[in-house]
Amino acid sequence: MNAVDINSRDDLRELYRELILDHAKSPRHFGKLAGATHTAEGINPLCGDKLRLYLRLDDEDKIDAASFEGSGCAISVAAASVMTDTIIGLNVSVALEYFRAVTRRLTDPGQDHGDNLDLGKIMAFDGVHEFPSRIKCATLAWHALNCAIHNQTKPASTE
Amino acid sequence: MSHPQPNDSTAVAIENCRSDFPALQQEINGQPLVFLDSAASAQQPTAVIDAVAEYQRHDHANVHRGVHTLSHRATDAYEGARDKIQAFIHAASRREIVLTSGTTESINLVAQSYCRPRLGPGDKILISHLEHHSNIVPWQLVCEQTGAELVVTPMDDVGQLDLEAFKQLLSTEVRIVSIGHVSNALGTINPIKDIVAQAHALDIPVLIDGAQSVPHLPIDVQDLGCDFYAFSAHKMFGPTGVGVLYGRESLLEEMPPYQGGGDMILEVSFEGTTYNDLPYKFEAGTPNISGVVGMGAAIDYLQSIGVSHIAKYEHDLLEYLTQQLASVDGIRLIGTAADKASVQSFLLDDIHPHDLGTILDHQGIAIRTGHHCAMPVMDYFGISGTARASLALYNNVDDVDRLVAGLDKAKQIFA
Ligand SMILES: Cc1ncc(COP(=O)(O)O)c(C=O)c1O
Repeated sequence: MNAVDINSRDDLRELYRELILDHAKSPRHFGKLAGATHTAEGINPLCGDKLRLYLRLDDEDKIDAASFEGSGCAISVAAASVMTDTIIGLNVSVALEYFRAVTRRLTDPGQDHGDNLDLGKIMAFDGVHEFPSRIKCATLAWHALNCAIHNQTKPASTE
Repeated sequence: MSHPQPNDSTAVAIENCRSDFPALQQEINGQPLVFLDSAASAQQPTAVIDAVAEYQRHDHANVHRGVHTLSHRATDAYEGARDKIQAFIHAASRREIVLTSGTTESINLVAQSYCRPRLGPGDKILISHLEHHSNIVPWQLVCEQTGAELVVTPMDDVGQLDLEAFKQLLSTEVRIVSIGHVSNALGTINPIKDIVAQAHALDIPVLIDGAQSVPHLPIDVQDLGCDFYAFSAHKMFGPTGVGVLYGRESLLEEMPPYQGGGDMILEVSFEGTTYNDLPYKFEAGTPNISGVVGMGAAIDYLQSIGVSHIAKYEHDLLEYLTQQLASVDGIRLIGTAADKASVQSFLLDDIHPHDLGTILDHQGIAIRTGHHCAMPVMDYFGISGTARASLALYNNVDDVDRLVAGLDKAKQIFA
């Protein structure tokens, strides 16, 4: 293998990190959610990613359960899986702060956006910004979250 | 490994033609580009790029309008391209060559101008399960407008039309049949002459969506017998935004204009307008002149190699591609009809096509992923999309080998 090859492999490894592959192969919180109070669909027409997000909010607007179903590429499924992991237990206003932080981070990397959120596993998606055509995959679930919280009936689209 | 060998002098010319395409001479992500997405849009040879640039530099003016020299030159170039198109598809008359913005507009033109005035409730439009969205949605629109019904010929597991069912579905209520010549998602070549003969036995006109056939198969609309034939320049090494509607003269004569505007009239007054003759009746407004000039140059280029030689070369290469893909562990080939052109769709393990597309692009290999504007075909196979490699005259066995090696890497990453 020549140097170019190894290099390209490394970039791809940055995109397809172990954590992403793991969540893509065994997504967490996958399936319908009984007693969901909010739901929204996310569609990425470019690659046919299609997922439905379910949220259950308690009286204090805390997300006490979340799940998703649907099909998509490794990046979009992993993003939905990590997102549901992240937002369960958060108040919706904090969840929306995450939504804004994630979309900013992926579309405008390298900037200090002054976010003081603990992004944790979400940082595994940092490699995506080297692959502009995949940013929409990584943000699809987050757009669905935004729509679900705002009770929008039209599917979230990354377009 | 048995590589198809060039076996005559023309095949050698085809093997050399890659150097005619400047876009193919670049590296993508540090690797020489392997372009396997010509079914979406083909690259342009220098001859086309230069013809367009020359036209823009020296000959541009509006067509059919001025008495000055440049307007003459522009008109000659534009009308000269129409003659080339006529000869290329063996139409009986240049009056049958309507220049459009592409296959999509050509099909919409027939739907709106031929079908809309004459269809009503009880009438049927017969298409097939294999169609591109642009050979589905225009008919759905005209069905909504007229109350006619859209009827779909089913396909089978290999991606072939069910011709028995087609026969059953043909009836006197069917007012037009519209079928793709070559499926862009699966590569299936449909038996057009057979389809036309059966439809004509009931006096039903037939439109053929030729978007995917023109760069790969010699086309003779009179031999095929079809009534309309639609295609796009950009799939045949020409510019985007230009295409053709071939229409049988007697049918075009009967049809009202599709759009109103300049160029499509003889005389306008507020009392009424006299429409221009064919084909200008259907060409309202200033056309894409440079695009049409480029299309003419693309036809010259194709003919300099010979479309039947191209067909033979690509047939062998497609066979090699299919064999090599079939030997990849975990591959599922989608679309395995006996008679095919240019295209192979596939899935690998449970890797999503979009991920495959990214991994291959990172190795300089361009394929198409997704539903290929043929969602009903995807639904048939119960999948959301495929990875699709499509071939053109500039591809070769090395491209196929690079693709197969690229798939190996995808397997490693997702192992
Ligand atoms: C079979 C088929 N029909 C129609 C079209 C539409 O062509 P255009 O977008 O050039 O109008 C395409 C191109 O994608 C095609 O493959």
